Amino acid sequence: MASTESKSSLIMPGEETSTCWSCGTMRAVHFCSACGKVQPPVPVDYFAFFGFPKKLNLDTAALQKEFYALSRRLHPDMSAQADGQEREWSLEQSSLLNDAYRTLKDPIKRTQYLLRLEGVELEEQSKQATDKARASGELKKQVVPPDLLEEMFELNIQLEELRAQKNLGEDDPALLEEIGKAKLSLEQNHDALLAELKSDWSRWDKAIDKVDDQERLKIRDHMVDVLNRRNYVRNLVRDVNEAMESRP
Amino acid sequence: MATDYIVGIDLGTTNSLVAYMQGDSPVVIPGEDGLSLVPSVVALDEKNQIIVGNAARKYLIETPERAVYSVKRLMGRGVEDIQQELKFFPFRLADDMQAGEVLRIKVGDRTYTPPEISAHILRQLKRNAERFFGGPVTRAVVTVPAYFNDAQRQATKDAGRIAGLDVLRLVNEPTAASLAYGLDKKKNGIIAVYDLGGGTFDISILKLHDGIFEVIATNGDTHLGGDDIDNLLIMIALDDIQGDLKLDVRRNGEAVARIRKAVIEAKIALSSQPFTKLDVELPGGQRYQREITREAFEELIAPVIQRTVAPSTQALKDSGLKPEQIDEVVLVGGSTRIPKVRQLVEKLFGRTPHIDLNPDEVVALGAAVQAHILGGGSDITKEMLLLDVTPLSLGIEVAGGVTDKIILRNSTVPASATQHYTTQVDGQTNVAIHVLQGERELARDCRSLARFDLKGIPPMVAGIPRIEVKFLIDANGILQVSAREQRSGQEAQIEVQPSYGLTDEQVESMLLESYDYAEEDFRQRQVIEARHEAETILGALAKGKKNQAWRNLSSDERRHIETLERALVTVKEGGDYHAIRKGIDVLNEATTHLAEMMMDTAVSTALKGKTMDESDLGEGPQTGHPVGKAEFE
Repeated sequence: MASTESKSSLIMPGEETSTCWSCGTMRAVHFCSACGKVQPPVPVDYFAFFGFPKKLNLDTAALQKEFYALSRRLHPDMSAQADGQEREWSLEQSSLLNDAYRTLKDPIKRTQYLLRLEGVELEEQSKQATDKARASGELKKQVVPPDLLEEMFELNIQLEELRAQKNLGEDDPALLEEIGKAKLSLEQNHDALLAELKSDWSRWDKAIDKVDDQERLKIRDHMVDVLNRRNYVRNLVRDVNEAMESRP
Repeated sequence: MATDYIVGIDLGTTNSLVAYMQGDSPVVIPGEDGLSLVPSVVALDEKNQIIVGNAARKYLIETPERAVYSVKRLMGRGVEDIQQELKFFPFRLADDMQAGEVLRIKVGDRTYTPPEISAHILRQLKRNAERFFGGPVTRAVVTVPAYFNDAQRQATKDAGRIAGLDVLRLVNEPTAASLAYGLDKKKNGIIAVYDLGGGTFDISILKLHDGIFEVIATNGDTHLGGDDIDNLLIMIALDDIQGDLKLDVRRNGEAVARIRKAVIEAKIALSSQPFTKLDVELPGGQRYQREITREAFEELIAPVIQRTVAPSTQALKDSGLKPEQIDEVVLVGGSTRIPKVRQLVEKLFGRTPHIDLNPDEVVALGAAVQAHILGGGSDITKEMLLLDVTPLSLGIEVAGGVTDKIILRNSTVPASATQHYTTQVDGQTNVAIHVLQGERELARDCRSLARFDLKGIPPMVAGIPRIEVKFLIDANGILQVSAREQRSGQEAQIEVQPSYGLTDEQVESMLLESYDYAEEDFRQRQVIEARHEAETILGALAKGKKNQAWRNLSSDERRHIETLERALVTVKEGGDYHAIRKGIDVLNEATTHLAEMMMDTAVSTALKGKTMDESDLGEGPQTGHPVGKAEFE
């Protein structure tokens, strides 16, 4: 995972007071509102880059619109005729813009990013992390949600059986049905977690509006828990799909 | 001024083209022979002069060891990854090639790296454009397959530099095609570009939104194309010849080259006919003949074209879209002329593909559009912006030989990622970083891009230095790396060892001497051009004088025109092209009224129902087209 930006010195667009390097007038954050020249990047978090508050319910249509509008200003194509220094800034600004847009447009990535800004190190439960641990022979620490423990244990045995059968070219409809049922239940579980996360977003945004730090920390920890469970369940569903798909 | 042109170049596996934006539409610039396609063939003639394009093709047959084709397949690759190519292509490596070294190909008794061979093709295109404009061309946009990795892109950029071109941007071929497609459509929606060329396959899915061309997902195979179909047919022919004629011509370069030429013709014929005949005269006088039906051909190529399915499905999956959400499928590349390929695309996307565009030219035309945008654009392009993606994930090797992905595929470029490193031993001043590209989990299964050595870290206790390394993929899809030791604030030095590329020094030493466009030579061309134009306008005026309209001019006006006419005749013989151009301009200006009256006469004649005299309408004074039909040479 790419490291997050520095948490200090957040500058909101509009608070910027410096002047344009080219024409000397007051400028907007990323480009000069008077002469249009790209400005040196200022270290801000992804939300601030777009001038958004650090809230989790985000109008993605507005985000896309802003992304396109800023792209028209900051993309290196737009400063192909400019001098070397401005082209350099344009490259940096535009990569920052793309990184920010990619992170914020996806609600899960957005949540993970915000939690990292809040100082939480999320567990890496991606497929990549799992495979990486497997390949390097490390044991990956993975906290199994207790209520899922039994279900998961059973499912793993069934998947092992399925793989063994597949190798022998056999087919057991009863086993398939069992696994299918387990998968359905996992998917329901996943949907429920997502719904929980969504209600957290709204609670978070309210806590931000009310500047309620205690409430904010409570929701933060809850979101970490929900995200970890969701990742866990999602990985299981993926394992099931892989085992089913690779059948002869 | 003509010198301001930025051209768009499609550097293809089989053919290459150069195009530019003429007014509101991109056009392909023809070569001296009047043809727009320049075959990507480079040969050495008897005098060891480099020959490129159509003229080089005969060497493929006559002296195959002195000619190279499909060199694009070798760009940015090492000797260990081209073993497969060597089985099917007559590439001859230098005898002293070492593993890990940039490839060197034998042409006659010389050796060239793939970027140098490509540079010769680029220089030919540059010359074609310079002849067309009558001025130097130094800046270009060059297209690459979307699925090209960093090394292949870098090699293409190097080729440009060697050819004396400043490559302002590398543009992905399917994306360039979408620009050409979108320019006249001006529609919003989702399009898929299926690009099967001579040697590469790309699939890209784009969102068109008010002039923004946003690539959502791309995939492909940089070693899949028409070449592979040719090779299958060649194999069959070689087997037949061995079986029927008891001849083994596998090692006979000339025989294989003749067979290759014949199978390509057969392949093309089978796109429009149900069957065709292979007829090859072998060296030694024997003939090989065989009839091929389209049915047999389609069965033969099925495994090749089937290889486009997995990348297409993956791109769709990555885009998060279903086939029915694609509004239009655009076909690019010569191999999409094969009916079976079209059927496959139709099945994949559930709709009839768009075939209005010339699949050979559309990439170069799109490159010209992008060149125009980079040059500042005009009304027609000012709303257009390309947002492309990186086709492959970027990773770094971590403990256990595992790839840690830091920029995922299909991320919009420029894209960046920051990583932090520290030292393992007290006083350590260097840290090595291995950068990889690819989707696999293990470093050894990914493409090694480069090894970076961070040097000059201030000696500290192990684990204390905090080195921030920034990886940035620029708009060309090429990686840039910078590093900083955060505790001391020192910029760490980075030493790059590209895994398959040329160093800057090597590129410098390869720069082609640009003697052929020296100052004096160029001035002469300008004069010849201007003279040609002067003759055109004088000829038109001579015709105009016979027209009724001439007599309708005031005598003052006639006298004024004739003075300028005599002046131009005189100045035309001199060697000052500025003076000739000036003479043309003033005469042109003075005869505008005459031209208008001639037009009126022609129109009124037509209104009276009389037959129009062609010479009345078509020959008003005009400035000649900048292309002086290759009169100089």
